[in-house]
Amino acid sequence: MKANIKAKKSKTDPYAGERLKQSHFHPRQAELNLREAWSSWNGYKFADYYYDEEYEYFCIRNSCATYDICPMQKYSLSGADAEAILNRMVTRDITKLKQDRVTYVCWCTDEGRLVDDGTIFKLGPDSFLLTCGSPSLAWLRKSAFGFDDVQIVDLSDDIAALSFQGPTTCEVLKKMGLEGIETLKPFNIMHFDIAGSSDQPLMVSRTGFTGDLGYELWIVPELALTLWDALYEAGDDYGIQPYGEAATNMARLEAGFIMPGMEFNEALKTIHYKYDQTPFELNLDWLVDFKKPHFNGRSALLKERDQGSEYRLVKLDIEGNKPAEESYLYAEEGCETEIGYVTSAMWSPVVKANIALAMIKSKYLKGDIWAEIYYGKELRHHNKVVRCQMQETPFWSPDRARATPPLAF
Amino acid sequence: MRVNLPQYDNIIIGAGHNGLVCAAYLAKKGQSVLVLEASDTLGGLAATREFYPGYKIAVAHSLSHFSPQIVSDLNLTDHGFKSGAPMPTIGLDLQGKHVVVTRDTVRGVTDKDASSYTDYLQLLERFANMLSPFWLKTMPRIGSKKLKDLTTFAQLGLKLRLLGKEDMGEFMRVATLPARDLMDENFDNDLLKAVLSWDGLIGSKMAPRSPNATVLAMLYRMSGEHNGASSIPQGGIESLINALHQVIATAGGQVQRHSPVAKINVQGDSNGLQATGVELADGTVLTAGRVISSADPKRTFLQLVGVENLEIEFSNRINRLRSDGYVAKLHLALDGLPHFNGIDIPDGRMIIAPKMDSIEFAFDNAKYGESPEQPVMEMMLPSLRDASLAPEGKHLLSAHIMYVPHSLKGGWTAQAKASLQELVIDTIAQYAPELRQQIIHAELLTPEDIERSHHVTGGHWHHTELSMDQMLMMRPTYEAAQYSTPIPGLFLCGAGSHPGGGLMGGPGHNAARHILGAK
Repeated sequence: MKANIKAKKSKTDPYAGERLKQSHFHPRQAELNLREAWSSWNGYKFADYYYDEEYEYFCIRNSCATYDICPMQKYSLSGADAEAILNRMVTRDITKLKQDRVTYVCWCTDEGRLVDDGTIFKLGPDSFLLTCGSPSLAWLRKSAFGFDDVQIVDLSDDIAALSFQGPTTCEVLKKMGLEGIETLKPFNIMHFDIAGSSDQPLMVSRTGFTGDLGYELWIVPELALTLWDALYEAGDDYGIQPYGEAATNMARLEAGFIMPGMEFNEALKTIHYKYDQTPFELNLDWLVDFKKPHFNGRSALLKERDQGSEYRLVKLDIEGNKPAEESYLYAEEGCETEIGYVTSAMWSPVVKANIALAMIKSKYLKGDIWAEIYYGKELRHHNKVVRCQMQETPFWSPDRARATPPLAF
Repeated sequence: MRVNLPQYDNIIIGAGHNGLVCAAYLAKKGQSVLVLEASDTLGGLAATREFYPGYKIAVAHSLSHFSPQIVSDLNLTDHGFKSGAPMPTIGLDLQGKHVVVTRDTVRGVTDKDASSYTDYLQLLERFANMLSPFWLKTMPRIGSKKLKDLTTFAQLGLKLRLLGKEDMGEFMRVATLPARDLMDENFDNDLLKAVLSWDGLIGSKMAPRSPNATVLAMLYRMSGEHNGASSIPQGGIESLINALHQVIATAGGQVQRHSPVAKINVQGDSNGLQATGVELADGTVLTAGRVISSADPKRTFLQLVGVENLEIEFSNRINRLRSDGYVAKLHLALDGLPHFNGIDIPDGRMIIAPKMDSIEFAFDNAKYGESPEQPVMEMMLPSLRDASLAPEGKHLLSAHIMYVPHSLKGGWTAQAKASLQELVIDTIAQYAPELRQQIIHAELLTPEDIERSHHVTGGHWHHTELSMDQMLMMRPTYEAAQYSTPIPGLFLCGAGSHPGGGLMGGPGHNAARHILGAK
C-alpha cells in the first residue's frame, strides 16, 4: 500500500506550476531553436534567439521573420463603460479611435509616471483589446473601480499571437491566401477565414515593433499550429525564420522604440523616488493629449510640460564603431560634467552607424555630448571618449514601412 | 472657459453643523453662499426632529467640544446660542455603587483612584492644551516646502518640545496607547476605567484593547469648553443650529431645504476639469465659483463627482476609507421621569459599561458582524435640560449604543432590529426597573438607518474612522487633506476632513479659512 502511494507520487511533477509555460507555437519553435537559447517572458519559455541573432535580425530587415507574442499580456474590455475606463487610464484620446483600428498608448500613475505602454484594438463599439508587456490586471481593475458596466477578461493565455515582420511579409500573406491583405493600412485590422473557421477568424493588424513593414496575427490557440504551418509553407521561398528577443531588441532600437527595463522602469515596480520616467522624458509627448479634459496623471504632466522635464530621451549617432553600452555621457571631452546615461546601444548594420538611445538632463540638451565608452579587446579593457550627435528622426524609418499596397517581391 | 458668471460664489452641500459653520464664515466675509440640504431639517446628525408627537431629539444628543473660538468668531451668543452647564458622567453599577465623574473630581472610588484621577487629568489637560491649536489649523501638505506648511510643522514640534522632556516622552508614549493600558496604569476601579475610556472609543471601530487613536480622540474631545464633558445648550442642540442659520441669513447667505444634490457638475475642456456647480435630484442646475461639500468623502467623490473625473489611485484610496459606523441610537418617549436605582435625578450622562471587558466583548461581537450580546451605551434624559424636547411633565431617553455593526450578518431585518431594541431596553431596565411601563414609544436607529436618513456613508459619526491613518494630514487622504481637492473649484468642509467629527465645527472653520486665504 505504502509503496503504491510512493510510486504514484513520483509520477507527479513536484515543480508543476513553477515550470515555464509553453507557448501555443512551442512545438514548432522548439524544433527550430537549434541553440536551445531559452530565457523567459511572463512565465513563458521564450527564445533569446533560435540560430543566430544577427542572422535573425537580417531576416527582419531583408526578408521576413516571426516573433512569438503569446507571452504578451492581452486584456479584453467590453461593456458600456469600457471606453470611458480606457480613456481615463491612457494619455491619448481613445474616443477618436475608429473600429478595426489600433493605437499605441501609454498610461501613468496619478503622479504622471509611466506605468507601461501598449496598444489598444477597437473591435466593436464597446469592445476593446489592450495589449502590453507586463501583467496589468491589477491596474486595470483599479482603473475600473467605480464604473458599472465593464467586463475585463485576461486573454493572455487564450489568444495565440505571432508578430510577422519584414519587407516581404505582405507577399507571403498574399501567398498564404489572405486576399486583400495588401489594402490593409498601418494600424488597421482585417479578419480572414483560415482552415474554414468562419467563427474563429484570423485577425491581422498591421502593427509591429520593428519600424518596418509587418503584421501581427491573432488566432484561437487551437488553430495556432495550423496558422504556423500555413505561414511557414507560404514563406519558405522568402527565407522565413523565427527570431527571438535579441533581434527584436536590435530592430526596435533602430526604430527608436522604448523598451521596459531599458529606457524605462515601470512606475508601479519602481522603489526609488523618480527612478521611473514620464512620457515627456521618454519623448512620448505626442501620446499626451491635453485637449482631453481628464486622464490619469494629467495635472502632474501639465505641470511638467510647463516647468520642463528633468530628463529627455534622445537618439545619438556616436563616432566610431564601439557600441556605447551602459556609457555615461558628459558635457565635455574631459568628462567633467556628467549629463546623462545611455539606455540602449548597438552598431546598426542597416544604418551603418553607431547608434544609441540615451537619457540626458534637459538643461544639457543644447550643448556638446560626449560618451565614455568601455570596450574589451582580447581580454584587455579599453576606454575612449567620443563625440555624439543628437538625431531627431528615427534611425530606421523606410517608406516601405508605410506604403499601401506594400512593395511586391 | 466659462462664459456665464456663476450664480453663487459658493454652493455648500449639506446643512450639517460643519456646512453651516463654513457658510457662516464665508457669508460674513461678504461672499454669496447657498447651502443645500437634502432633508427638511438643518443640522445633519445634529438635526432635531420629532420622532413621536411632542418628542424631539437629534442623533447627536449633546455637545462636548464645540469650538469656543467659533462661538466667539461668529457671535453665536448674539443669535440665541447659550452653552449649557456640564453634565456629570455617571457610570452605572447594578448594586447602585455608581461612579460619578465631574470636571475635576470623581466620586464612588477609593481615595487612591480619586487622587490618581487628579494627576491623570492634569497630564491629559497639558496634552490637550498642547494639541488644541492644531485642531483649528490646516494641516501641512506632505512634501510641501511652502512656508505656511513648514511653519505648522515647526509649531507642532515646538509645542511638543515645550511640554518639557518628561511630558514630551510621555505624550509620545501614550498617544497611540490602547485605552486599556492607559487605564490599567492609572486606576483600580473597573467601572471607572470603563467610564474614562468611553470617550476615546465612542463613534469609532475601536475598543479598549485597540492600539490606535483612542487617546488622541479623548484629547480632541477635551479641546471643548468643559474639558470634553457633555452639555446641552439652553434651547437644545437646535439652538446652536438655529444660531448658525441666523448668522448666515443675517450676512445674506441662503439655506435651502428639500434640495438633495444628485451630482457635482464638473466641466472639462482643454484647461482641465473645474467644478462648476451642482445638479439637484429634480434636475435643477445651480452654478457656483466653488462647490464645498460637507458630505462625507465617499459620497462626495464616488457618488457626486464620479470616478471618471478623478485619478485612479486617488479613487481607490477614497474607496478604502473605513466608514462603517458602529453606533446605534435609541429614543424612548416616556410617560414620566424614570427612576434609576441609587440616583435622585438622572441628570447626567449615564454609561452602562461595567468594565472595559464589557466594552471589548461587545466590540468582539460587532467586528464579526454580529449584534452585541451585552450592549454598552451612554444615555441621558435631555428633557431634563431642555423642557421643549418633550411634552410637559413627560421625558425622553436618548442612548448611543455600542457596538452595533453597520453591516449586520444577515442584514438589518425588522426582527433583528426589534430584538436589539428589546435587548437594549432590558439592559437599561436592569438599572431603572420601572422603565418599561413608562415607554410610550421607542425608536431604534441602526447605523444603516442613520446612513439612509442622514445621507452619510456607513452611518459613521465621523464620516470616516478617526484613526491614525485617516487623521491630520492624511484626513481623509493626502491630495484632499487641506480642504481643496484634486478638482479645482471643489472643496471639502465635513467631518471627513481634519480635525474630524463630533459637534466641533473644526472642519467647517478650517475649510472657510483655507478658502478665504486662497482667494
